[in-house]
Amino acid sequence: MYRYDEFDHKLVAERVEQLRRQVKRRMSGELTEDQFKPLRLMNGLYMQLHAYMLRVNVPYGSLSSAQMRKFAHVARRYDKGFGHFTTRQNIQYNWIKLEETPDLLAELAEVEVTAIQSSGNCVRNITSDHYAGRAKDELEDPRVYCELLRQYSVLNPEFSYLPRKFKIAVTGSPHDRAAVALHDIGLRMHLNEAGQVGFEVLVGGGQGRTPFLAHTIREWLEPEHLLSYVEAILRVYNIHGRRDNIHKARIKIIVNQMGIDRYRELVEADFERIRGSALKIPQAELDRINAYFAPPEYEELEDISGELAALRAADERFDRWVGANVAAHKVPGYSIVNLSLKAPGRAPGDMTADAMDAVADLADRYSMGEIRVNHRQNLSFVDVRQCELHTLWQKLEGLELATPNINRLSDVVCCPGLDFCSLANSRSIPVAQDLSRHFIDVDKLALVGDFTINISGCMNACGHHHVGNIGILGVDKRGKEFFQLTLGGSSDEGASLGDRLGRALPQEDVPLAVEAIVAAYLDIREEGERFLDTYRRVGIEPFKEAVYGPSVVRAVA
Amino acid sequence: MSPVHRHGSRVPNMQMIIASRLTDGRVVFLGDGGAWVDSIECGVVLEKEEDAARRMSEAELAVTDNRIFDPYFIDVVVEDGERRPTKVREAIRAFGPSVRTDLSAGGWDWHVQIR
Amino acid sequence: MALVRGNAVVEDPFTNLAGREDIPSSGAIIVDLEQWRANRDALAGRADPVGIRLRSDQPPELIAAELGFLDMVALEFPAFKDGRAYSYARLLRDQYGYTGEIRAVGDVLLEQLHFMERTGFDAFELDSDDPLRDLQIARSEFDVWYQPSADGRMTAIELRHQRGG
Repeated sequence: MYRYDEFDHKLVAERVEQLRRQVKRRMSGELTEDQFKPLRLMNGLYMQLHAYMLRVNVPYGSLSSAQMRKFAHVARRYDKGFGHFTTRQNIQYNWIKLEETPDLLAELAEVEVTAIQSSGNCVRNITSDHYAGRAKDELEDPRVYCELLRQYSVLNPEFSYLPRKFKIAVTGSPHDRAAVALHDIGLRMHLNEAGQVGFEVLVGGGQGRTPFLAHTIREWLEPEHLLSYVEAILRVYNIHGRRDNIHKARIKIIVNQMGIDRYRELVEADFERIRGSALKIPQAELDRINAYFAPPEYEELEDISGELAALRAADERFDRWVGANVAAHKVPGYSIVNLSLKAPGRAPGDMTADAMDAVADLADRYSMGEIRVNHRQNLSFVDVRQCELHTLWQKLEGLELATPNINRLSDVVCCPGLDFCSLANSRSIPVAQDLSRHFIDVDKLALVGDFTINISGCMNACGHHHVGNIGILGVDKRGKEFFQLTLGGSSDEGASLGDRLGRALPQEDVPLAVEAIVAAYLDIREEGERFLDTYRRVGIEPFKEAVYGPSVVRAVA
Repeated sequence: MSPVHRHGSRVPNMQMIIASRLTDGRVVFLGDGGAWVDSIECGVVLEKEEDAARRMSEAELAVTDNRIFDPYFIDVVVEDGERRPTKVREAIRAFGPSVRTDLSAGGWDWHVQIR
Repeated sequence: MALVRGNAVVEDPFTNLAGREDIPSSGAIIVDLEQWRANRDALAGRADPVGIRLRSDQPPELIAAELGFLDMVALEFPAFKDGRAYSYARLLRDQYGYTGEIRAVGDVLLEQLHFMERTGFDAFELDSDDPLRDLQIARSEFDVWYQPSADGRMTAIELRHQRGG
């Protein structure tokens, strides 16, 4: 994990003191709310339904056990005993006091955590593959570039008042767990024809009211030019991005308006001008940061598939858990373990302070003190010895973090919705809770297989419903909460946006509608097909029929 | 923030003024004597238009005074002797998130549908 | 409204001709792009200083060829959230090599002064009770940054490796 040096520490400390001063100016009235709002947003402080909400960065999803313990402490000391992990590798607290925020941030700074630019019209948290550095399918660890981008973007004087927010994601694996096609800038590491590692650069992806998949602006970019190229993209956006309408201000709008070819022309022209400048990444800095991401000291172990198979055969519950929640590691004898925050009835992403402390302890004992946060509001331990899988599982079960549902039906991703968020027009969490209670049969989960459900409480799409295999969007129909379903979304390397299924449904019909879709899928699917594959093969009609057809027995509204 | 009827119909009903307290961002209601109170039960109910206008001016003063911000009107009804906002969003502000009734004020029963 | 340049509040030597039809024959003046274009030759040949004031939708490439005649470029912030002028200032310095005064005008607050200085502004029209105090605060809050700045001061990366750290 990256560790701050004296310069990183200094910058963060200075930013905290600046906010302290800005808060004082707000409290005394020297700054109006209008003047203060962008300043507090640039430190992640929102005004929501209940109180100030603070969004804290987990840079590219990497978290140490010490940082997790600090999150627990913050939840107890400054909030109501829990935090919420989001779809962008952040954590949110919902009952923060303005007057306590500078002290809170100073405490976070002690463990090298910030809320800098987690909101505002600037470059946000750089997100990445939560298996970075560990996945078997990875080409190269992207985190060194994430850290370089993070430093480049923090308090960047030219790009702190962009037309709108700006999100960057990086993947080092061809299997894209970072959803790069859905970001303002997506970076995909791959080999060119000469076998050199570089970046495919994508621009103009995003969800919200007008979802778009990103376009490729550059097929292959030398890594040393990453910052220059990103700067050129940001500069063209800063100058040309629309500022007349908040809903048309993202880069995806201007890229699609002027066309990717024209946008590329402008970017390449500026890039040519600056590629040799101070932004070229010096090898010394690359090496310095890379050293922090060096793999840990692994023991020389062997894959123990035989012993594991025996354990699995002896214990159905353990078997289900390994099948759903455990992933392959680069290093023999090790595994990646996913902690499901989606026990039946849980609000997706929520975690109590006690659970955070317990997870920190487990991370120290079983996974070299590191935790990863992912986009589906779950956590991962990425360095677990296979021989300890069974013991770890038992402990996770005790904490209700072992529901065998990763990327399955009850692993629902959900925004905070109207229960917390002032933008929402419907309550999304009760829908997620209903679904996770409805799909409680773990054998059924295994039978159905990979199936992502994403729920957003409004068109801003923070639940990423456009890329759910089933997307659920809350809409306000004559003052009542209704839900619009979409099918066939996907956020990985074959990214697609979901298709609208039909008219919006009242909340109580949603679980049955999902049940009907699942039943239709099980009926139609061919050998080895996930839901997404079947959907892409047969189209939407069978599912429309299943949900809205005359033969459907509907719940009484 | 201009004193505009943000919510509610023109049918005579009860209104209150809701706002956010500056220091901690918490939901407050305009009470008597210029006080801002945490509980919807303790706030002032406005039943006449001239009351409403006068009270909103009071609220505007509190904004200038840096005590609160974003004041606006909400409609309330009395049910079973308890005051409730007519809109779900305002009820969530008054009582807390529907999914965490352990954190709510007033212990209001979320299974009651709002018309 | 106070004009701050360097470390002092100064009298503005320029007269802003906004909205005026006539161009006075002497004195330092500020014109907008339309006035510049309408009176280009006269203004280019003018003995006294000429400054231009650009709106936030007028990028510096529009006057790139004219910079040799301009003693001052004022870049507008119609609202402090409109951040286009930060890029314009950088382009003026880095792409067009402009060394004259770049002045921030419009909605200019203490809270943005630090970023303005780093992108190449060296004069500010500040609506403040105590503009020098504001400037002093803005300059004292940060002495570390990650990105190259217009004044050539070292970045954290440069400092790190200069010391072999």
